[in-house]
Amino acid sequence: MKLLLPVITLGLLALTGCSDKGSPAGAGPGSQAASKAPEATTIKIGEFGSMTGSEATFGQSTHNGILLALEEVNAAGGVNGKKVELKSYDDQGKSQEAGTVVTRLITEDKVVAILGEVASSLSLAGGRVAQQYGIPMISPSSTNPQVTAIGDMIFRVCFIDPYQGYVVAKFARENLKFSKVAVLYDQGQAYSKGLKDDFIKAFTEMGGTVTVEQSYTGGDQDFSAQLTTIKGTSPEAVFLPGYYTEAGNISLQAKKLGLIATMLGGDGWDSSKLAEIAGDAIEGAYYSNHYAAEDTRPEVQEFVKKYQAKYGSVPDGLAALGYDAARLLFDAMRRAPSLAGKDLAAAIASTKDFPAVTGVISIDAERNATKPAVVLQMKGGKPVYAATVEPRK
Amino acid sequence: MGYLRAVSPFLGAIVLAFVMQFGVAPMFGAYYQKLLIDIGINIVLAVSLNLVNGFAGQFSIGHAAFMAVGGYAAGAITYYGSFHVFGDALVHHGQGDVLFLAATLVGGCVAAVAGWVVGLPSLRLKGDYLAIVTLGFGEIVRVLLQLTDDVMFKRADIEAASVGTLALALGGALGFGGLPFYTSIVWTYFFAFTLLVIAVRLKTSGEGRAFLSVRENEIAASAMGIDTTRYKVRAFVLAAFFAGIAGSLFAHEIGTTLNPRELGFQKSFDIVIMVVLGGMGSISGAVLAAIVLTLLPEFLREAASYRMIIYALLLISMMILRPQGLFGVREVWELYRRPKVSRPQVRPPGSLP
Repeated sequence: MKLLLPVITLGLLALTGCSDKGSPAGAGPGSQAASKAPEATTIKIGEFGSMTGSEATFGQSTHNGILLALEEVNAAGGVNGKKVELKSYDDQGKSQEAGTVVTRLITEDKVVAILGEVASSLSLAGGRVAQQYGIPMISPSSTNPQVTAIGDMIFRVCFIDPYQGYVVAKFARENLKFSKVAVLYDQGQAYSKGLKDDFIKAFTEMGGTVTVEQSYTGGDQDFSAQLTTIKGTSPEAVFLPGYYTEAGNISLQAKKLGLIATMLGGDGWDSSKLAEIAGDAIEGAYYSNHYAAEDTRPEVQEFVKKYQAKYGSVPDGLAALGYDAARLLFDAMRRAPSLAGKDLAAAIASTKDFPAVTGVISIDAERNATKPAVVLQMKGGKPVYAATVEPRK
Repeated sequence: MGYLRAVSPFLGAIVLAFVMQFGVAPMFGAYYQKLLIDIGINIVLAVSLNLVNGFAGQFSIGHAAFMAVGGYAAGAITYYGSFHVFGDALVHHGQGDVLFLAATLVGGCVAAVAGWVVGLPSLRLKGDYLAIVTLGFGEIVRVLLQLTDDVMFKRADIEAASVGTLALALGGALGFGGLPFYTSIVWTYFFAFTLLVIAVRLKTSGEGRAFLSVRENEIAASAMGIDTTRYKVRAFVLAAFFAGIAGSLFAHEIGTTLNPRELGFQKSFDIVIMVVLGGMGSISGAVLAAIVLTLLPEFLREAASYRMIIYALLLISMMILRPQGLFGVREVWELYRRPKVSRPQVRPPGSLP
């Protein structure tokens, strides 16, 4: 025992010592890949995502989508004759880790651009680092409006939360021909409030009437008071811009109260739990989402086929968005005069009518994606593709 | 002489902090400089928790909650204060650093008050019961922070809002992002070295001996006339103050976002692990453990998904090989000093009372 302690201490000191020495020359443990591959023939991009932790499925799906896009571009000869190399790090779904790995990607691995994250809170943490160092970052699926507000280096390929309010309003007004809709939203949630505001604005502009606006707080169990008020105004539909748990419970209680109206919602409904909770009370309800695997557009069908061949499962929305984010980045790299942060960011910002799996994407002045959304309908306990809603002009 | 003794630790801390910034840091790249800051923050957290868990022998597992309280308080002051003073939330060196220092000290004080409030009733409890109370406090803080409103980021809104509204606009579950990056190596190591001096002096002072006596045998200590509750509360308040400071440093570091979920009990356990690994009651042990446990996961990053398994295995094997922690209750400079025959051998602190 007497010898053990000095040995451990020395060992640990050696561990910290040797790796510190290597770092200034850029030969730290993180940059081994750099020394293997000659700089001139490859372009390095970085990815950070939750490969472990509570949102691991999000990170893994996105990673699969990105890998598929990477394989394709390299099989086709790379970007401007150079192979693209991806460096991925796990952030365990923690914002501190996200900040650390983005710093590492930029300063140690010297990536030219970054893809990530799914969760908005992590994109915010990593995005601020990317902005600080002037490296462009594309988030595949962070829908919170604040993410791209960080600065001119941060982009996304998904739509933002409030946009879905417009999508549902347009679908309800033009496809379903509804004119009277009630709203029941979660007042404790920025997501729900954002959707509600945009829905009411768009729906009234299109000539519809919002009969009544009611609210609840996330975690509530009993919605009968609100639903009774809503029933009194006899709407054709009820817009529920919350998460699937409340949406399911509300639909159940609405049915019990004899409120006959079509339920409408946003991507917060996208869970198999929805049908489990609500059973047949949710039949016929519609909600907006990023993508549907049954969409008949050739881009979607080709992607689904390739993805199934590689991974043996039907890609979910996150995989599709990861694939789109990577392809949009490769497209911008081809057009950019150089791969310096500013040039690349300008090329991404000028993306127009890019034919992606999740719709034709144009990047707007706020660095958000202008793109169509799909509307799904619950049929037999499963969401089925109903329509595609084009973005507002 | 007494004056010099009071001021010298701060002067020493300032000098050492500048040495770290201009002597040590330039040898490393930006990523390793960030790790240096992470290490410094973890040193502050581990050494301050050591005051409670190691010195006073109480078992607190809510240290991250004090960190959250201090971090959010300081963050709100610099973020909304910056808008009022400079019109934006960017880094303005000079005046901004003064604002940051003031905010950090206020954050520490708010955390200390929280420590006192939690400490006073709960320190009459012992062992596991106290652990549960601190755990509960941590959860309360987390849930309250998750219920706060969205961060405001438009200057006009912020200037129109009352202090009360701003104090509630802390980002909720999305986290409090957008704080200016004031945390530098100088600031981090200034607070770390100051805390180290305080801790070392405390350990050898009469006050510190009172802490240790509470740890060794509470009944005997009170029989000797020591107000055990008072000393326990003091340890708690001092530890909470520095946890608040660490929270502020963390909040203003590049690449971090204050997130209630991440400042929950898991973070508290990370700090407890540092204290236990270093040896409960050993200041240098806590420092070494903070360094090792910050660097280890980073160096294992190449192992991708397996890194947390390797990390956990290393922790388990260390605990099997050295259950009393790296240094036990001793300091690194005492390692080869044979215990005097007259001094009773202390119980290994790895075993809880």
